[in-house]
Amino acid sequence: MADTTSDSFGFSVRRLPGFTALAIACYAMLYAPIMALVAYSFNAGSSIAVWEGFSLHWYGAAWQNEKVQEATILSLLVATVSSISATILASMAALGTTRIRPYKGLTAIYAMINQPLMVPEIVTAVALLIVFAIIKSTTGYQGLIYLISAHTAFCIPFAYLPIRARLESMDLSLEVAAADLYATPLRTFKLITLPLLWPGIIAGMMLAFVISLDDVVITEFVKAPGQDTLPTYMLGQLRRVITPEIHAISTALLSISIIMVSIFFLLNRKKS
Amino acid sequence: MSIGGESLSHTTDVKPQGTPRISGYEAAARKAEVHRNILLTIPALLVLVLAASGPLLVMLLYSFLAPGDYGGVVWQPSVDGWFRVFLTRDIFDDTLMLQDAHVTIFWRSIKLSSMTTVLCILLGFPTAYFIATRSDQTRNLWLFLITIPFWTNLLIRTFAIMEIIRNEGIVNNLLIFVGVIDVPVQMLYTDFAIMVGMTYVYLPLMILPLYASMEKLDFGLVEAGYDLYATRFRVLRRVILPLVKPGLVAGSILVFIPSLGAYVTPRVLGGGKNMMLGNLIELQFGQGQNWPLGAALSIALLAIVMVALIVYVRTAQRSTQAHG
Repeated sequence: MADTTSDSFGFSVRRLPGFTALAIACYAMLYAPIMALVAYSFNAGSSIAVWEGFSLHWYGAAWQNEKVQEATILSLLVATVSSISATILASMAALGTTRIRPYKGLTAIYAMINQPLMVPEIVTAVALLIVFAIIKSTTGYQGLIYLISAHTAFCIPFAYLPIRARLESMDLSLEVAAADLYATPLRTFKLITLPLLWPGIIAGMMLAFVISLDDVVITEFVKAPGQDTLPTYMLGQLRRVITPEIHAISTALLSISIIMVSIFFLLNRKKS
Repeated sequence: MSIGGESLSHTTDVKPQGTPRISGYEAAARKAEVHRNILLTIPALLVLVLAASGPLLVMLLYSFLAPGDYGGVVWQPSVDGWFRVFLTRDIFDDTLMLQDAHVTIFWRSIKLSSMTTVLCILLGFPTAYFIATRSDQTRNLWLFLITIPFWTNLLIRTFAIMEIIRNEGIVNNLLIFVGVIDVPVQMLYTDFAIMVGMTYVYLPLMILPLYASMEKLDFGLVEAGYDLYATRFRVLRRVILPLVKPGLVAGSILVFIPSLGAYVTPRVLGGGKNMMLGNLIELQFGQGQNWPLGAALSIALLAIVMVALIVYVRTAQRSTQAHG
C-alpha cells in the first residue's frame, strides 16, 4: 500500500482493521458466480452440476439452434437501430441544453430526458404494454417499430450523459475563433464542434448499445409473439430444463458487454 | 438498470437569471438562439413523450377504468382498481376485508429491499474505503473491476447466482464437502435467495457513489481524530461516517429503488410463489386479467419511488448547504 501517512510504528491513519479482508471477499463474491458460469459453458457433458471435461460442444449447439440465431439477429438489429437513433437524438438534445444561456423550461427538459432512469422498468414496461395495445388494436400493425421506439426512448439518457459531459469539458474559444474568421455556423459545427465531440458520441452510442442489448423487462412486455431477443429467449429457457447451452449464450453476451465497456473506458480516459 | 444518482443533480442546477439591459439587436439574437436550442431538443423529447412519459399518463387514466373480461378495460370510470390494491370483498357476505396476499407482497418488497440495502452498505462500505485508499495507479483498476459487473447483463448475473445456490450447486456441494451439512439446504426459491440475488446485482450501485464521496475524504481530519486519542471505531463513527454521508445516502437510494421495483431477480430466484411488487404487477396483465388493478399497483410503486427520490434530493441539498 502506497501510504505516506504511516509512522515508524506501522500505524496508518488510513487503515481500518478487517476492511481490506472484507473488500477482497467482496471482489471474490462479485466475480466467482460469473466465473463459474463461464467455466460450465465449456463443460463436455450435458449436466450443469458435474464437470465432464473441456469442450466447445455447447457453443456449437447454440450456434446451430435456429431460435438462438433468430434471437441473436433481432437483438443485434434492435440494439443497432435503437442505439444509433438514441445517439442522434441525444446529441441534438445535448447541443440544445449544454453550454448555453439558460432558458425557461430547461429544468423540465432535463427531468424528461432523465425520466427513464428514475421510473422502475416494470412500470414503464406495463405502461408501454397498455399504449402499444391501443395502437396495435387500432392500426393492426405488429412490426418491430414498437420494440425499437421503446428501446430508443430508454437509451436516450444513457447516450445523453457522456455526450453532455464531453460538451461541458470542451473549449469554447476554438468555435469563437472560427466564427471570428467568418465561418458559417454550420461550417463551424462540421469542422470544429463535431470532431471534438466525436469521442463523447461514440461513448454514448456504445453505452446505449449495451443497455439495449441487455434489456429484459421492457422487451418482455413490448414484444409481439415470436419477437424474442437473446435475453427474453434466455428468460423463457430458465423455466425449462437448463443445459450448458444457456451458459454458452450468456458467456457470448458477457464478452460483448465487457468489450464494449472496456472501449468506453479507454475513450473516456483519453479525454482526461 | 439505472444510474439516476448523478443525473439528478442536473435538474436543480439551473435557475433563470435576471436579464440585464440589452439592445434590441442582441435581444433578437438571444431569442433566435433559445429557439434553436429548443428546436434541437424537440426530437428527443418527442420520442420520450411517445415511449416514456406519455404512457405513464395513459396508465394513470387506465387505473380509473373498469376491467375488461379478458384483459384490457371497459371505458367507464371506476375506482375498483385502486380499491383492490389493499382491499377485497368477501364472496359470501360481501364484507370488506384486507387483501392479505397484497399486504404480504408489499411487506415482502419493502422488507427485502431494506435488507438488501443494509447488506449492500455492510459489503460496499469497506470495499469503497479499500478503493479510496489505494494508490493513484491501482485505484482505477479496482474501480474498473466494480464497473464491469455493473454494465453486464442483469439476467445473466441473476442466472449465475441461481446456478451456485441451487441444491446441486457449488455452495451446497462445498458445505457438504466441509461437513457442515449432510443434505443440500434449499436456498433457491426462497426470500433468502431473492435477497442474495438483489445484493449481488445492485452492490456496484452502492460502491460507486460511496467511493465518489470517500475519494474526497480529508485524511488530515482522520489523523486529527487519532491525535486526540480517539479509538478506530470512534474515528469511523464520528469522523469518517459524517463526511461520507452524502455518498451513503445516494448509494442507499440507488439500491433501494431498483430493489423495490425488481422483476427479473424475484422471478428467477423466488420461483413464482415468493412474489415481489414487480411480479404482482405482471400478474395483473397476464393471468390476473385485471389491467386497472395492475395500473393502480404500478402508480403506487411509482409513488413510493418518488417519495424516496424527494427524500434523497432534500438530504443532498441539506448536506451541500452544511458543507458549503
